[in-house]
Formats: sequence, C-alpha cells, structure tokens
Amino acid sequence: MEEHVTRYVSEEFKQPLPPPADNAGIIGTARKNLFATPLDAAISLVTLLVVVWAVWNLLGWALFDAVFSGSDRTACVATGDSEVGACWIFVSSKFLQFIYGLYPDPERWRVNTVFALLAILTAGLLIPSVPKKGLNAALLLGVFPFVAFVLLTGGRLSFSGGQVAFFAMLAAFGTLIVVPSRSDLDFERPLMRAAAGLAVAAVLALLLSAASSRAGIAFLGLRFTAFSLSALVLSALSILSVASAALQRGGGGRVAATALLVPVLIAAALAVLSVDFGLPEVPTHLWGGLLVTLVVSVTGIATSLPLGILLALGRRSDMPAVRLLSVIFIEFWRGVPLITVLFMAQFMLPLFMPDGVSFNQLLRALVGVALFSAAYMAEVVRGGLQAIRKGQYEAADAMALSYWQKMRLIILPQALKLVIPGIVNTFIGLFKDTSLVYIIGLADLLGTVRRGFNDPNWITPSTPATGLVFAAFIYWLFCFGMSRYSIFMERRLDTGHK
Amino acid sequence: MKSKLLTTALGLTVAMVAAGAASAATLDDVKSRGTLKCGVNTGLPGFASQNDKGEWQGLDVDYCKAIAAAIFGDPSKVQYTPLSAVQRFPAIQNGEVDVLARNTTWTMDRDTSLGLNFVGVNYYDGQGFMVKKGLGVNSALQLSGATVCVQSGTTTELNLADYFAKNNMQYNPVVIEAQSDVNSAYDTGRCDVLTTDASGLYASRLELSNPDDHVVLPEIISKEPLGPVVRQGDDQWFNLVQWVHFALLDAEELGVSQSNVDSLVDQEKKAMDAGQGQNPNLARLLGVGENFGGKIGLDADWTVKIIKAVGNYGEIFERNVGKNTPLGIARGQNALWTQGGLQYAPPIR
Repeated sequence: MEEHVTRYVSEEFKQPLPPPADNAGIIGTARKNLFATPLDAAISLVTLLVVVWAVWNLLGWALFDAVFSGSDRTACVATGDSEVGACWIFVSSKFLQFIYGLYPDPERWRVNTVFALLAILTAGLLIPSVPKKGLNAALLLGVFPFVAFVLLTGGRLSFSGGQVAFFAMLAAFGTLIVVPSRSDLDFERPLMRAAAGLAVAAVLALLLSAASSRAGIAFLGLRFTAFSLSALVLSALSILSVASAALQRGGGGRVAATALLVPVLIAAALAVLSVDFGLPEVPTHLWGGLLVTLVVSVTGIATSLPLGILLALGRRSDMPAVRLLSVIFIEFWRGVPLITVLFMAQFMLPLFMPDGVSFNQLLRALVGVALFSAAYMAEVVRGGLQAIRKGQYEAADAMALSYWQKMRLIILPQALKLVIPGIVNTFIGLFKDTSLVYIIGLADLLGTVRRGFNDPNWITPSTPATGLVFAAFIYWLFCFGMSRYSIFMERRLDTGHK
Repeated sequence: MKSKLLTTALGLTVAMVAAGAASAATLDDVKSRGTLKCGVNTGLPGFASQNDKGEWQGLDVDYCKAIAAAIFGDPSKVQYTPLSAVQRFPAIQNGEVDVLARNTTWTMDRDTSLGLNFVGVNYYDGQGFMVKKGLGVNSALQLSGATVCVQSGTTTELNLADYFAKNNMQYNPVVIEAQSDVNSAYDTGRCDVLTTDASGLYASRLELSNPDDHVVLPEIISKEPLGPVVRQGDDQWFNLVQWVHFALLDAEELGVSQSNVDSLVDQEKKAMDAGQGQNPNLARLLGVGENFGGKIGLDADWTVKIIKAVGNYGEIFERNVGKNTPLGIARGQNALWTQGGLQYAPPIR
C-alpha cells in the first residue's frame, strides 16, 4: 500500500533573509557603531571633522601649496600672501646625496650593485618558495660581505706579516674545532695533541711578536718579525698534523679535506681582499646617506643575531666562566647608552692605540653598534630559551643528543620562533638607532638630510620640515617592511602553541 | 652649558694623554699623505656646508682650500672631517685633523689650556640685533622698551642685560630654551628684536617667512673672534697656516685678485727684468724675486697658488657670506683696516 506522505520539511536550508536595509552596509555599520546615541554622534562628528581638517592641511602642505619646480631657495620662499608648503625641490635636488653621500659619481654603480645583490639575496632568503636556501644563506653571509667590501671600498687591503700570521693562527684553531666536531677524530691521538700544542705555541709567538715590533724578515713578499714568522710556520704545521692525523685513519680522505676547509676559506678571503681589481679606492669619509644607514644597520643585524644567540646560550650555560663572561658582557653593553659607546670609540680609542695605528671611523661605529645590539639580542633570545619547558631539554638529553645538537635541533627552533616579535623589535630599534652615528661625524641618511639644511642656497622656513618628512618616510618604509615580514613569518611558523 | 663642561672635560683629558703624542712635522705628514685633513663644521650656512653636488663650500672651507693650494697647488687635495662642537678639540689634539677651520671662538682659556693655538681671526663675529624694517629702527640704541627674544642660559643673555643696563635702556626679555624656537617666536611676532651672534642672525633671517622685511642692526655688542686652530708644538705648521691667512689679507690690501693675479705676476717679472722695481710689496707677495715661501717650507709662488685657487680674503668673504649671497652679510668689522674694519695682516717682508 502506498502511503502518501506530506512533506512538511524543506529539503534545503532556507537562505537567510537580507537584514533590513537601514541596518546593513555602510549605513548600517555607521548607524550601529558611530551614531547609536546622541553622544556617539557628537563624538563621531567631531572626530570626523578633525580627521578631515588634518588630512586637508596635510594635503595642502604636501601637494597643493608645495613647490615642485625651481632650482634654489627663492622658489620656496613665500612671496606676498601665498602660503608655501613642502619644498620638494630641496629633496629632489639633493636626492642622490641623500642616497650616496659624497660617493664619487662615476663609482656609484658599485653602490648600486651592492644594493641590488643585497636585495636579491635577502629576498631569496626571505621568500619561502625560493629554492636552495642553504646556498643562498652561504652566499649572503659568507660571500656577499667580501664582495660588498671590495666593491664599496675598492679592496686592495695590504696585510702585514703579523696580520697574516694572526689569520693563520685563527685558521689552525678553526681546524682544531671543526675537525673533531665533524668526525670521530679526537685529541686521544698523538698527532692531534701535537697539533693543539703547535697552535698554542703559535699564540705565544704572536704575543711575543706584538711585544717586539721590529719587522726584519721578508717572506712571500711580506715583512715578518722572527716571532710572527714562526707563528705562521707553527700554525701551518698544526693544520698539517690535523690533516695527516685524518689521513692515518682508514678512509680519512674526506676528514682531511674538512681539515683543510677552514684554512682554504680564510686564505681565499684574504686573497679576495688584497687582490687589485682595478677599482679606484673610495675612502669611507665620502660615504653617506642611505648607504651608511644600510651598511651600519645590515652589519649590525647580521652580526647581532648570531652573537646574541651565543651570548644567550652562554648566560644559561653550566660552565661558570662562560656564564660569568656572558653576563658581564651583556650587562656592560646594556648598561651603557649607545651614544657613550660611540663617543668612547671616537675619542678614547685613538689614545689607547700605538702611534700610527688608527681605526677607520665607520669601522668603530660598526663594531660599537654590533656589540651593543648583540647584548640586547642576547636578552631577547634568553627570554625565548626560558619559555621552553624543561621537558623539551630532558627529552633531548634522553635521546643522547649532544649539547649543540640539542640546541640546534630542539630548543632554538622553538625558542627563536617564540621571540620573533622581540627580535624584529630589536632590528627595528637598531635600524633607527643608526641615526646616532650623526653625532660622531658620520653622515647617515638623517645626518645627510640635516646637513642639507645648512646649505645657504636652500635655507627657507619650509626646508627642515620637508627634509625631515622625507627622511621619516624612508625610515618608515624600511621599518614597516620588517614589521610586515615578521608578522608573515609568525603566521607561517604558527604550529599551534598559542 | 652641559655640553661646554663635557667639551672641556674631554678636551683636558685628551690634551693630557695626547701631549706630545702627535708631535712635530705636520707639514711632512701632510705632504707624504698627499691630502690636508681639515676639520670643518658639520653645517653652518656660509662657513661650511655641502652644495647640491656634495662639494664643501663656505668661508672656513675656503681656508682649508687655501692651505691645500699653498702646499700642493691644488685646492681639491683636502679631506674634510665634519666635526660637532664637542668633537672639534679632541680631533685636533689627537691628530685626526691637521687644522681646525670651524668657526671657533678665540678665548684665553682655549688658547692656553687645550694644547692648541689660534692662528688668527678669519671672521670677527659678535652679538647683534635683528628687527623688522617696519619699526624704522636703525640703531640698537633706539631699542629702549623693546621686547627681545633670546636663548636662555647663554652668554648672549648676559651680554644683552649688560648692554641695556650700560645704556640706561629698558627691555622685556622673552627667554626661550632652543635657538630654533627663539627664531619662530620672533617670526610669529612675540618680540620686536632677535639677538644672537651676527652670523647666526643672518642665517636665521633666511628661515623667516619674509626675510627681506628684517634688518640686522650695525651694533655688535660682544667679541666672538672666530679663527683657524692648529695643534700646539709644531711652530713650522703654525707659521704656515698663519701666513696663509695673512697672505689672503695682504692680497686683498694690495688689490691682487683671482682674475688679475697672473697679469700682475707677469707685470712684476717684466719690471724686475727691466731692473725697475715697480711695487716692492707686490713683488714680495707674489714671490717675484725674493723667495718668502721657502721660510715656511713652501715654493716661492705659494701666494699665487692660493689666490688662483680661492681668491683673496675679500673674494672669499663675498663669495660665501657677502652681499650677493643669500646670507647677505655686510663686511662691517671684517673689512680691511684700510676700509675701517679690523682685518689687519703684517706685511710680507
């Protein structure tokens, strides 16, 4: 029997009706949020008026009353009753100076090349979909600094015998650290023990060489003292013993190659810095503008993060000496204003140097800024380390990971992700702090702009405001870019810990 | 005030440590280096500033160029080191610069206790007054009862009080912390008179909305002699810089300028060859005949090189701060002694 069923229930969901016309869209939102009560309406209207007034004035200053053509101050001086807004021709006629400072015209392609390389390599590292991150990072951190240095300064560094011996000593120690960590070759072997002894002897020889300053012996076209030459020889012997210790073991060819990696890299770096590429020298006192701002901030950012991580780990280390040194370093640099650091580097350092030895001004600022921001970075990273629960450390220990494996694979990836806002905050602070180099006579972006105010051809009532607004805009562009990228990175790395 | 204490403290420390460290033979150092290291202001309109091409220009800058021209025959062989007020004395003391041409006021304290020497006065500055043209005032003595804008805590404020008291005049001070605020207070009409150092008044005038409506009064009520500075302990270098300054003044006095220096040299040479000494002062200045440059370690034609490069003192003044520049400063006390000013140089003889 067929049963007739009356369907009372619709098979589809009914679409919701649109809200009443006066409750939807812009009008609805405005009514609900801005004009709900008479007081709300009054506040909204006043705010709206203030915004319109401010925007109108700003536009008037920046566009309607602004000066866009002319060649000197007379164009930006008010005649009669007409108002004069921004004096943009001041910015346009000094624009190249704001970017390059006094960097000579025919050589500016070198700065452009460095800017372009930096942009390409950074973009490659920051955009997740670009392949070969490892190679990219190696290029940016390992090769780019040398290329940039040679391009910007002209290269052709001349090293003294003592400096070459010093780098050879560094290479020997690098080998002694790298090889055992990358293989099971340890200091039980007599050749390794000999290598360590030779390296220590090289340090002693270098110290003696610094005490006696006579350069007498010519070798490889350099002047050596007896001590620095022996330091060089001792370092070379040390590296050779590590390599032969590796070869003694069966199938140690790969390890031996590792042993030679550090010395070869250091030698290559020295060679690149001292080779004559035919680029005219551009002394750093001619650098200026955005170039100096970027050189100081990029160097500061690139050195402060790794240095800060090491310091943070050192501060939480179980080894009392390491912990104490890290604490002293961090507390010293955090306790001193950056201005003081820069002043000391500027005035006091030359007095402690022996006659004739002087550090480049820009270098002093670079070192000061890098150490200063490293101390801040260390505390940010330490915050991250402390936020990781003890269980994570214990789990890593239970898996018999070494200290560095534990940090590299378990702790730091989590800790650093947690403190991305803090890290970027420090970067942004550092980027803006670079304008303090103005007080030690370096012309960064802000400094160059401010120097422009004193050109008698451009003094007008509106010049300073125009220049400062321009500088502020450039700073804002960079800082806003960093900030957006950090938000993007936080979202991407968000793995549900929130 | 704080910054002055800091300067002095820093200066003294540096002077004590550096005494004798950067020692004699600056000229040899400069020659072997191939450039003169000259400390200038980071930016002072008319004295040291960078133009649109990034070249340094100004009265102090031209002194650097003149010294470089005297040594190398090339005014471009200067490495400019822009220095702030706090940096300037340490920089000259520890040898970072060879000469400091940075509108530095010559005082006994600085001359005697900082390990440096002033070679002369290349600009006589001093406190002056600026008023609106509309007031019809043409002398500071007519300012009785005026409202005066002045920066607080400066010697400017004290000089102002002294001057009005001495001349039995009343005034209402408007005392403001920062110089830029002082300027805008004057511009918006909060006071009738603006007072600071005269060179600063001319620069401030350019920042007013209608510069041409204002006039700087002729009275100068304080002494601010500005001049180049060298390190103590190298008399040869001191003499060189000093005589470059004197040569610029002597050249103006004798009418030697950038445009006529070559023809004057020819004229003197011909006159000497003909055996009729035409103008002995001119001949000595231009190094025709006797070699005066040798006395300071330079070539006989040192002054010719200087004048070809930068002109005489009058030309330097007019080019950088004079009537036809935006600053429009009158020669006033900086005119030659023969014109009623204070600029006077011993003769080259």
